[in-house]
Amino acid sequence: MKPRIKSRSYRRLVWDQFRRDRVSVLGLIFVLLLFAVALAAPLLAGSRPIIASVDGEISFPFLSGNSQVAWKEEVKSENVWAVFPIVPYGPTDIELEAHLLPPGSDHYLGTDDRGRDVLSRLIHGSRVSLSVGFVAVSIYAFIGVILGALAGYYGGRVDTVISRAIEVMMCFPTFFLILTVLAFLRPSIYNIMVVIGLTGWPGVARLVRGEFLKQRKLDYVMAAKAVGASDARVIFYHILPNSLAPVLVSATFGIAGAILVESSLAYLGFGVPPPTPSWGEILSQSKNYIDFAWWLTVFPGVAIFLTVTAYNLVGEGLRDAVDPRLK
Amino acid sequence: MTPLVEVRRLVKHFPVTGGVLLRRIGKVHAVDGVSFAIQRGETLGLVGESGCGKSTLGRLILRLEEPTSGEVLFNGEDVLSCSREDLRCMRDEMQIIFQDPFSSLNPRKNVAHIVGEPLLVHGMRSRREREERVQDLLEVVGLRREHMRRYPHQFSGGQRQRIGVARALALNPKLIVCDEAVSALDVSIQAQVINLLQDLQEEFGLTYLFISHDLSVVEHISDRVAVMYMGKIVELADSSIIHTNPLHPYTQALLSAAPMADPHRKPVHTILKGEVPSPIAPPTGCRFHTRCPYVEEVCREHEPEMRELASGHSAACHFAGLRPSLFQKTV
Repeated sequence: MKPRIKSRSYRRLVWDQFRRDRVSVLGLIFVLLLFAVALAAPLLAGSRPIIASVDGEISFPFLSGNSQVAWKEEVKSENVWAVFPIVPYGPTDIELEAHLLPPGSDHYLGTDDRGRDVLSRLIHGSRVSLSVGFVAVSIYAFIGVILGALAGYYGGRVDTVISRAIEVMMCFPTFFLILTVLAFLRPSIYNIMVVIGLTGWPGVARLVRGEFLKQRKLDYVMAAKAVGASDARVIFYHILPNSLAPVLVSATFGIAGAILVESSLAYLGFGVPPPTPSWGEILSQSKNYIDFAWWLTVFPGVAIFLTVTAYNLVGEGLRDAVDPRLK
Repeated sequence: MTPLVEVRRLVKHFPVTGGVLLRRIGKVHAVDGVSFAIQRGETLGLVGESGCGKSTLGRLILRLEEPTSGEVLFNGEDVLSCSREDLRCMRDEMQIIFQDPFSSLNPRKNVAHIVGEPLLVHGMRSRREREERVQDLLEVVGLRREHMRRYPHQFSGGQRQRIGVARALALNPKLIVCDEAVSALDVSIQAQVINLLQDLQEEFGLTYLFISHDLSVVEHISDRVAVMYMGKIVELADSSIIHTNPLHPYTQALLSAAPMADPHRKPVHTILKGEVPSPIAPPTGCRFHTRCPYVEEVCREHEPEMRELASGHSAACHFAGLRPSLFQKTV
């Protein structure tokens, strides 16, 4: 009989460790849920039906961009039926007669000053927040990993130049830099992503540089060189996978940070141009009505708070899970 | 016949930086003018205390570190002047086995990747072919074929060292540098790995440069032994001769410090006074003069050259062979 040892890869080990931390798992579930919501936004909230039948002809109106059919009127006629999303209001549907309604059975989380449904705007706004967080962090993680890897691996002059650049970038109060740049650029979601992405890399670069300094002296790197592997192969195939864990952790925190920055920018009026909904923008709109329309402030605030907390929890769980000392 | 490896006046200095501006304030003389040759099929032992430059010397020969000056000839070709591409091709002729079986294997890669890497880098593109070869290699080093899918952390130290040996063998090299290859292992496992190395030498006609601080291991495996002190080779002779008739006072002290498994023998210890001098500012003249029991005026001023004192036995000491040795080995 051959003894069978179950092969546990590194990923598996990390996952087993991560799973033990209930709170982090909760955070992860929330983040995944949020992704599901963002992806399924048109299915969850919108004024166009998910599926409709006109004279026996089935269609999926929520897919078509801007059909001008007034479905709510249409369904009243005999030979038409339709299934509406749970929140049957579009994020930009203005209904002036229903403005500033408190949460109720019609508008679950109330309406804003132009009669737009707050829940619908929150659901669609999650797309902006999540994509800004993800794309911005991907951009700066990429830049940071490359620069950090080069600095740590080659050392010497390359390291000096990159390290000084990191220090210079770290001295800037990043938020005001972003604010200044966006004041000159057209405020669009892409500009925000790129600007956050281009200013966030020094932290990641420093982490990766440190990891590379540590790893490049290890024998397995020597062995790879002795075998004749190219620099690129040593850097990306051998050292990088061993240095990514801290980057992953800091990227998770980074996403939370980027979401906050985007919300802050939107609050200050430098965010995604209206009428596109974003959480910060809803908050910003609520300024004038804070005395009597509490729902305009509380719900987007809670959404931002929960999302940022969830990402931080995942980050913390991940940090503990990849730390070999805890095993 | 040309020797497989010939090293001529090899020098490696590491810069020492200090201060805020990281100015060079000195250099460590890690390897300082070393010359020797390794014949085909032999095992050359390289001994010396820690920090004397043995490992650096091994890495210089493989050009894992760039030497400051000197020449390394492999098969008559200059290793140091060849281009990156030539160097890569030359890599399949010389390999290295490391001391620490834990840091020498990439923890993220399974055995198939670790042992198969040299094959991939040297152009064996087909995964099937590679894995076939990896499995054969695992059997050669005494592991099982199905170990291929496992990760390094699932093996014991001895098994990991076998994986390291398999990786070194993958390209059918002529020379393997064993850099303290067994020092990190338990004594019983050491014996297994040494026997494995000897069997492989016989089977594949390998040449070893066996770096160690363990004299008994070196005596067992080596044909010839080179003794290093502070970046220089001070004595080079056949293994049996160096253990019975060492001529350099440092070798004598080193051997007398090695424990003997013989309770009836009263050891004659030549105990050295003082500490190893700093390699940043090595002593003038003979490097050993600060600690040598026989030091004379000439030692402080003139650096002794390696002299051949008997056939195949050379030492770098002004008085080697001129003075009766205090060292006696009772057998």
